[in-house]
Amino acid sequence: MAFASIFVPNFRVQAVVRVEPELRGRALALVDGAPPLCNVVAVNERAARMGVETGMTKTNAEQFAGLEIRARSAALEKSAHAALLDAGWSVSPRIEDAGEDGIVIDIAGLGSLFGGEAEIGGELERRAFACGLEAHVAIAGNIDAASIAARGCGGVTVIPRGEEAARLSGLPMRVLGPAEETAETLRRWGMHTCGALAALPVGQLSERLGQEGVRLHALARGASVRSLTLAAAVDFFEEEMELDDAVEELDPLSFLLGRLLDQLCARLGARALAASLIRVRFELQPHFENACDRRKEVVRQKNPPGEYETELRLPVPARDAKMLLKLLRLRLQAHPPGAPVQKIVMRAEAARPRAMQGGLFLPSFPDPEKLELTIARIANVVGEANVGSPEIVDSHRPGTFQMGKFRAASDGAEGVREGSVRRPDARDEKNASANGAGDAGDVDGEDAHRKVTQSFRAFRPEIPARMELQGGRPMAVNFQGARGEVRAASGPWRTSGNWWREDSWRQEEWDLEVKFRPPQHVQSRHVLGTPVRAEGSAISAETQIACGKSGVYRVYYDAEKRGWFVRGVFD
Amino acid sequence: MSARANALRLQVETALAGRVASPFEYRDRRVVETAPVGVPEIDRLTGGLPRGGLTEICGPPASGRTSLLVAAMAARTEAAEVCALVDARDAFDPQSAAEAGVRLGQLLWVRCRGVDQALRAADLLIQGGGFGLIALDLGDTPARVARAIPLPVWFRMRRAVEHTPTILVALELESNAKTCASLVLRMGAREARWRQTSEVIELEGKAPRSENERRSPSEELERRTPRSNTEHGAPEKAKSTVTSVALIESGTRERDGRIFLPQAQGCLFEGARNFVEMIRSRAKREGDRLAWREEKAEGAEFETRAAWNNAREILGERNAEGGAGKR
Repeated sequence: MAFASIFVPNFRVQAVVRVEPELRGRALALVDGAPPLCNVVAVNERAARMGVETGMTKTNAEQFAGLEIRARSAALEKSAHAALLDAGWSVSPRIEDAGEDGIVIDIAGLGSLFGGEAEIGGELERRAFACGLEAHVAIAGNIDAASIAARGCGGVTVIPRGEEAARLSGLPMRVLGPAEETAETLRRWGMHTCGALAALPVGQLSERLGQEGVRLHALARGASVRSLTLAAAVDFFEEEMELDDAVEELDPLSFLLGRLLDQLCARLGARALAASLIRVRFELQPHFENACDRRKEVVRQKNPPGEYETELRLPVPARDAKMLLKLLRLRLQAHPPGAPVQKIVMRAEAARPRAMQGGLFLPSFPDPEKLELTIARIANVVGEANVGSPEIVDSHRPGTFQMGKFRAASDGAEGVREGSVRRPDARDEKNASANGAGDAGDVDGEDAHRKVTQSFRAFRPEIPARMELQGGRPMAVNFQGARGEVRAASGPWRTSGNWWREDSWRQEEWDLEVKFRPPQHVQSRHVLGTPVRAEGSAISAETQIACGKSGVYRVYYDAEKRGWFVRGVFD
Repeated sequence: MSARANALRLQVETALAGRVASPFEYRDRRVVETAPVGVPEIDRLTGGLPRGGLTEICGPPASGRTSLLVAAMAARTEAAEVCALVDARDAFDPQSAAEAGVRLGQLLWVRCRGVDQALRAADLLIQGGGFGLIALDLGDTPARVARAIPLPVWFRMRRAVEHTPTILVALELESNAKTCASLVLRMGAREARWRQTSEVIELEGKAPRSENERRSPSEELERRTPRSNTEHGAPEKAKSTVTSVALIESGTRERDGRIFLPQAQGCLFEGARNFVEMIRSRAKREGDRLAWREEKAEGAEFETRAAWNNAREILGERNAEGGAGKR
């Protein structure tokens, strides 16, 4: 059995660099605390060479030219640690969470995937870097030896069995993680390395330092044996970013969202998962401070920061960061936060990625990710409620429907009739000539006599009309400035419903064959066969009415509104 | 050929030498793949709707153009393709489309408020790709507005679907895409068909003596009786006599000098008969300029039937099956 330990040196600095990769080659110092007690808590190697030290005040640190100063962020550290765990879960389900800056992995069985232990170590280092972290990797026969070697040695270290004591002997005492008092005692004794501690007799060490001494002695010899404490895998992925300066414009906000999406998608990819839902929560900067004047005392109260949340529910799990960013951007264009953003929290719910098997005889479908983007763009033009699939509602109210989300069949099987795979071009004909007359005469006898179902064309909103009745029967109808005579009528067909609710209806429907005559002022200018523009006309007046055409209209009397309306035309 | 034309031809061939071989030689057009509309008469006439091309369906309201478009969408969704409808005036009726066989789950409906939104949405859908049929419904858009759509817009849409299996259909009052359209169908209405039962209303008085004196029922009533109140349910002053006669096929009939008006409660709209013409445009030289002239090619007629007929057929089939079972 072998274990690998992944350790991220200077973890706090790496957590910040993970979301700002351009800082990787620069001198960087992290500060923490409330002013004026704002001190440097972490520096990278370049900053240390410049002379920046931890504990220095921020003011002093700002004197160094070329030094980048960032605030320490607990949110970024949390995200970085989650990314480290994801890198471990991408190779093995048995992971121990060894603090914020390290993990230990049971690498049993990985030899068949990656090869020898050195190759496994290299793969782990590469996967940690893919999540934005530069890590040290050590592989040993027991958990503690691997952890200590990772903390003390750089790069990839492989400790063969039986050589733990020898390989750990040169490492400094601090890698064993002793308590401060014990460490001070060992320093006074002249113990500076693990080898020196390991050479001490354990009995006398126990008399002076107790169980702590025994534990440290075992660690120094690489002889500690214990089991992994397994960490539970989580199925959601979260990234946070706190901003020093609130962001108001969409472009810089999109840039930050892109960074977070890159990290999220990298973590999802590490575990072979995709996002089915992306939820973004913005903490907004309050616009102003309330000034509350109480007699002579002015008390200023800050508005609590507001929150704005939006979510993207994907029809198909995806982990394309660019596509997700475009969708988010379109969503924010349509529904902006309304205030500068101080903090971004992005959470993705994971699902198995889509596995689509294309068929030779199945028709093509829009790519789901591209379709989602297209629909989002169209929604920006016409409104989100005006694009989708119509769904018939189980109601007696005429013309009732609702708009549902459009979902193209992902694997083509849903759109195919049961029991048969229909060739999309089985009845299609290749036209060999430019005239367009192909072999369409091969229509079978059944289809030759099939009639087309009459379709209806609705007027939304319905057009108010004035009806002329004789004996309760419509004889003429006026709407949109034109008068039409009724040549045939079917009705009345009475319908009503929801009488117990406010949206009740009572209608009397007629199907009328109406023949229009042009209005007087148009007739005088009408030239036979030439469409005449009718002033004030809207939908159908131009050609139909002016040319004296006829049509079958559905007209109804609304007893609630006490008026006649034209619902539509059979076209 | 005139000397000027020869000189122009030589100039063009010289300019394109090395880049285009024989620019004035006729080339066979590519094979056009088509898909059936779902209306046998129109499939025989046109060979189907061309894939990768623009089809225009033109005609006034009540000419059957929406029925034709819905039939095409039903045929595509039945073939497991997805369709998109860009509705410039929000005129689509899901109920009648479902009764016509359109699988609504495979239809993306974009409800627009005007031509501008419709063109932008259509452009986005065409660029997205993957649809079997994309329909742009400008049927209720005034002709002057549709005419104002620049020709490059039609050209761009046509070029975008070229070399794709997508059928692009535009439904309009009149043809506007000119040569950008691979197929232009002009629709018109012939007659509406009604099914009536007995019980008719007889109009009092003598029938007109000649065809020239023939009037519509409303005119006849107006001429003979005072106009009644236009309010719904108001008492009327016209006199009418109900006379039982044998089954009358359709329409208002005149018999023995009497005019009979079908009883509205016994009437049902059964469908319509429409005609379709396939229009081709050709360029002809008229003097010094090229003019585009339309040439009507062939025509066909087809019938539509109201959705309630489908239910009647199903009931009839069930009754027949039940009768056969009893034997």
